Order: sequence, then C-alpha cells, then structure tokens
Amino acid sequence: MTFSDFMFGVFPYMCIIIAIVATTWRYVTDKFSYSSLSSQFLENRQLFWGSITWHYGILGVLTAHLVGFFIPKSILWWNMEPVRLYILETTGFVLGLMALVGIILLIIRRFSSSRLKVVTSNMDKILYTVLFIQVLTGVLTAIFYRWGSSWYSGFAVPYLWSIVELRPDVALVDNLPLTVQIHILNAFFLLFLLPFTRLVHMLSVPIKYIWRPHQVVRWNSRKKILGPF
Amino acid sequence: MEVRAQVSMTFHLDKCIGCHTCSVACKNIWTDRKGTEYMWWNNVETKPGTGYPSKWEDQDVYKGGWEPKGKSIGLKVTDKFRGLANIFHQPHLPTIDDYYEPWTYKYSDLFDSPAGDDQPTARPVSLITGENMDINAGPNWDDDLSGSEIYAKNDPNFAALSDSEKEALFEIERLVFFYLPRICNHCLNPGCVASCPSGALYKRGEDGIVLLDQNVCRSWRFCVSACPYKKSYYNWSTGKSEKCILCYPRLETGQPPACFHSCVGRIRYLGVVLYDAEMIEQVASAPENELVDLQKEMILDPHDPEVIAQAEKDGVHFSVIESAQKSPVYKFLKEWGLALPLHPEFRTLPMLFYIPPLLPVLGHVEKGNYNVDVENYFGSLDKARLPMKYLAKMFSAGDETKVREVLEKLLAVRMFKRAEQVDDIDKAEVDKMLEKTGLTPEMCEEIYRLTALPTYEDRFVIPPMHREYVADALMGDPYSFKAEAGIGGFKDRPERGL
Repeated sequence: MTFSDFMFGVFPYMCIIIAIVATTWRYVTDKFSYSSLSSQFLENRQLFWGSITWHYGILGVLTAHLVGFFIPKSILWWNMEPVRLYILETTGFVLGLMALVGIILLIIRRFSSSRLKVVTSNMDKILYTVLFIQVLTGVLTAIFYRWGSSWYSGFAVPYLWSIVELRPDVALVDNLPLTVQIHILNAFFLLFLLPFTRLVHMLSVPIKYIWRPHQVVRWNSRKKILGPF
Repeated sequence: MEVRAQVSMTFHLDKCIGCHTCSVACKNIWTDRKGTEYMWWNNVETKPGTGYPSKWEDQDVYKGGWEPKGKSIGLKVTDKFRGLANIFHQPHLPTIDDYYEPWTYKYSDLFDSPAGDDQPTARPVSLITGENMDINAGPNWDDDLSGSEIYAKNDPNFAALSDSEKEALFEIERLVFFYLPRICNHCLNPGCVASCPSGALYKRGEDGIVLLDQNVCRSWRFCVSACPYKKSYYNWSTGKSEKCILCYPRLETGQPPACFHSCVGRIRYLGVVLYDAEMIEQVASAPENELVDLQKEMILDPHDPEVIAQAEKDGVHFSVIESAQKSPVYKFLKEWGLALPLHPEFRTLPMLFYIPPLLPVLGHVEKGNYNVDVENYFGSLDKARLPMKYLAKMFSAGDETKVREVLEKLLAVRMFKRAEQVDDIDKAEVDKMLEKTGLTPEMCEEIYRLTALPTYEDRFVIPPMHREYVADALMGDPYSFKAEAGIGGFKDRPERGL
C-alpha cells in the first residue's frame, strides 16, 4: 500500500466511522454539550461581521458541494453554456471569499478580547485552524484551477462515490494538484473533528420551531382527578 | 373553559424596605456558580431608576414581549422564520455590559503583600477574565439614587410625564422613591417559551412554573431577548440560559421559595390560582386598556361549583382547588382588587402581581408647618409626590383610573383603621370612602390583617405538588437511587468538556 493509497483509501473510512460513532455517542450521553458555545453575550459587534459572512458563505459553498455530489449531472448540464458556467463560478468564488473573510474576522475576534479567551477551548483553536485551511485551499483552488465546478463533478465526485460504495478509487484523485488533495483530506479530517468540537451545532438546526405551537406545556400525567367536591 | 392551576404571587410594595435579603438568599442558593455571577434571578430596583439590566423596560431597545400583529399578537424580537434567519447573530441580544461585569476582590493581597509603608489593598478583579478591573456598574447601582441625573432621569417610565412633571421630581424637597423587587413572573403567555427555537423552555402543566430544560437548550439565546422583564439569563460558561425556577424543589417539599421565605418586610404572598387557559390568546391580544381587567377575568373563582367541576375534569387535584380557595393572591387580586400586574402592555400575562405603593406620606408644608390634608383624603392622592401617571405606566399600561382605584382602597383601609384606633377622623368621612371604594368594614379588617399581621401560613399557601402521582413515571424503579429521580438535576456535572 502506498502512502496515497492509505491517505485516500483508508484515512477517509477512519474519519467517517469515528465521526458517526462518536457523534451518536455524544448525542446519547452528553446532550448538554450538543451545541456551539455562543460568545455573543461577551462580544457582540465583531461577531456580527464575522459570523454572518462566515455562515452564509460557508452554507452556500457547502450546498453547492452537496448538489454536485448528489446530482453531478445537474452541474455539468448547467455548465454547458459558458455564460452559465461563469455565473456559477463567480457565485461560488464570492461565497468562498465570504467564508474566508468571515473565518479570518472570527479568528481575529477570538484572540483580540480577553473575555473571549476565557471561553475558547483548545479544540476551538484546532477547529479554527482546520477550517481556515479548508476555506483557504478551496479559494486557492478556485483561483488557480479554474472551472472547478465542472471538474469537481468529473473527478472528485466519482471518487467520493467510490468511497461511499466501498470500492475506493484512489487513481481518480492521485494526480490532482496538491492544494486540491489537501482540501479533500482536510475535509475528511473536519468530519472526524465534528463530534469532538463545537461543530456538532451543525446538527442541531431547530427546524421544528417552524411548526411547533408557540407555547410549550409539559404535563407529568394529565387525567381526570375526581375529588370530594 | 379549560381550567389550569398556576402558582401565583403578590408583592406588597408599601412593605418593601429595599434590603435585598431576597436577592442574597436566591444568589446563595442558585447563582453562585461560574457563568452565573452576574445573574440575579431575584433583584430589587429603586424606582424611579434604570433598573437591571439597565433600562430593561425600554422595549424599543430590547425588543422584549409581544406586539399586536393582525388579529393576534407576535413576538417583537422574532417569529418562526426570522428566528431561523437570525440564528447566526441575534440582533437584539443584550450583552454583559448591559448588566454589569461581575467582580471579586483579590483578598490574598491583604495577607501576601510584602511589608511596606502603605496598607495593602484588595483590588477588584473580574470574575470573567480574572484581570484587574475598574468597577463602574453593579446589579443595584441605582440603589436609593432617585433624583440622580444618571439613573433616575433615564427611567423609561418617564416617557408618559411632561417635562415640568419630570422636573418636579428632581427638586430635592420632592424626591421620592420606592422599591421594586422582581423575579420571573411565570407568565401565562411567556415570551421566552414562545421564542425558543429548540423548545427548551416550557410551562409545567400542574403548577404553571416556567422552566428551562438545560439538556434541550442549544444556546440560541432568544429567550433572553424575548422576555420583556429580562428574567432569562445566558450563562456564558455553559452556553445555556438559566432562569428563576420559583424554587420548585422547595415548593415540592412544602416550603416557600427562598426569596419569599427570607423576606424581611414580609411583603411576599404566594398561593395558587385557577385560570381559564382557553382565554390566553384572546386576553393577550386585547386592546391595551382592557389587558388588566381581562387578565383578572381569566382568573376563576375557586368556590364556583362549575369551575370546580371543570377543574377536576382537567386534572387539577382537589387539594389544589382547596388551596386555591385559601390563596392570598386570589384575595388581593380578585376579592379586594388591590393587585396589578407589572407592565401588562408587554402582553405576557405575568402572574406576579404588585400592590402599588401608597406614596408618599400625605403631607405638605404650608407656611413652614407640616400639614396633612384632612378635608379630602382622596384629593391628597393628586398631591402625591410621585405622579399617578408614573405608577400607571408601570402597573396598568398607562390607565390612571386603575392605579387610583387601588390607592383609594389602600387609603380607605388606612383611614378605617385610624378611625378605629386613634379616633381622630370623622366617621362619616370614612364611611364615604368605604362606599366609594366598595369596601366593607369586614373587608378592611381582613385586608389590614393580611397586610400588617399575616403569619407564615397566611402569606404562603403552598398547594400540594403531588409528586407521588408522578413518582413511577419519574423513577421507573421506586427503589432507585435518590439523585436519579425526583427533582432532577444532573447526574454528571453540567460542564461542556469539549
């Protein structure tokens, strides 16, 4: 087994398995910590600029990646016309830049206030580093290896599916540029970090809020209790 | 009609001496942990003043409570979709600086400093960062500071007053203030519960206590903004919000909450009331001038056979109904009409009621002599140093007649007792006052007794909480270890770890 066989053929599975098992474990045993630790209460203004740009940027980029992963043909079909390709690429690039600016603002914020240092754990620092690398390599890829939306569907997506279908095809990614390779491996590492960091808050989207009634009442047991009256 | 029980409260503001014993009792039990140092589930404010957090009554800034929307109402700070859109940055969250930065003193310096020419000092250090800090705000920083340019002048309730009325309040001879102790109101239409995206906050069906499930809370902090009374607090260390729990572990064992128990002025009354839960939306969406009356209408007569029958059908235990019949809150609120909710215009239907203060001593200086206006006692209410408008802004959404009614009753009781004990007042005058206020001599006597001479059992009529009905559901195994069932809490330390 070569080094790249290990990195692209074995390492992803290690990350995925640990992520699934540990996330479930944390949800079952430690619901208390199953969220991000909001620091808005300690610092409000810088957070606005950092958090909004970061979250909307990264959500857009992530959605694009997922669409490409599940329906790669849709991306290829869209990109048939050059104008549409330009639109998609520009949009993706802007969203990527938003995420990059956002994460940089958040990192600066994190370390510029003594109050925030108190609520910053070591895992937060690791997570910031990994996220920064991920977004940076993504943006660099967009700059130096153009039309990524098309070749993502051609190379990376088949590779990802080969992982899902338990027949990892390392050849598909073996010859990609180093930046892209780092981007892929770092993505798996992020997945591995998911259950061990505040990143679990991704999985606690309160979507139920939309249809639940405003007021919540909890009864221990509610039945008729007839008394002497 | 759907009858539910609610543990409800009344604070008699004329009796509050502003000693903060309630706040300290609460702090020692519940909020002496890391991340909760700045929280005062119970706090006492000086009015006029800015309060805690600073200017909390100004909902143009804090966006707490409900506002009319269409035929119904909606939260000011969020709704179903805005809630999700604002999830990455909550636009109206107060920060720690709106409260104050908690601190302690470096006492060790008093002992460890090297010998020198000066006395060693204990410098204040932040309880958040541990660094040296200058103290410039605290939880009761406006204590007794009525008349101050910084605190009293910025009281949001002055919005109703004209400039000359405001000026008058700042003349040194007219300075006046009273104390306002505040805890969670355990509202019938709580903004905090409605705003929580995770559904972590809930009202207990059996007694109406509003609680926050720490294991469901995902740190979105909407409850902090949505509560117009700012009685939901964010613990910056655990990333969970926390709030007054009305000492339910104490209530369940037949004891009043710590702030009630420790109250030096004995201003606090606690008892259960029955209410019609079907009316909640209708009452909360009513026009502002009807809010107080409609909320009182929701509270049902626990002696009415129809109400009792429905209550039993709706699962209210008969011992709770019995308790409701003795409730001091019911007497103050419904039988005597002496209690008013704090800021009913926030539309959360708060279930803590206040008896407004009969301020101040009813006298004035005339030609250098101190005079009491004996010709017309009701007239003297208009000469009160604190304008009726101000009290109305706080307790009746601006309707002066409601506050006046209560104050006239309080005054009538006072005159009735004075006529009886001191015998220096014209009896006919007293009778006229009783007739106008609708009080009878028996009622006056009862009000007097419950105000001035109440025993512990008179003040706290705690309904049986009937934990035995849920013991099986909570414990499963009745022989399980004590900490595994009952009042809950955490088996592990509530820490985040990662």
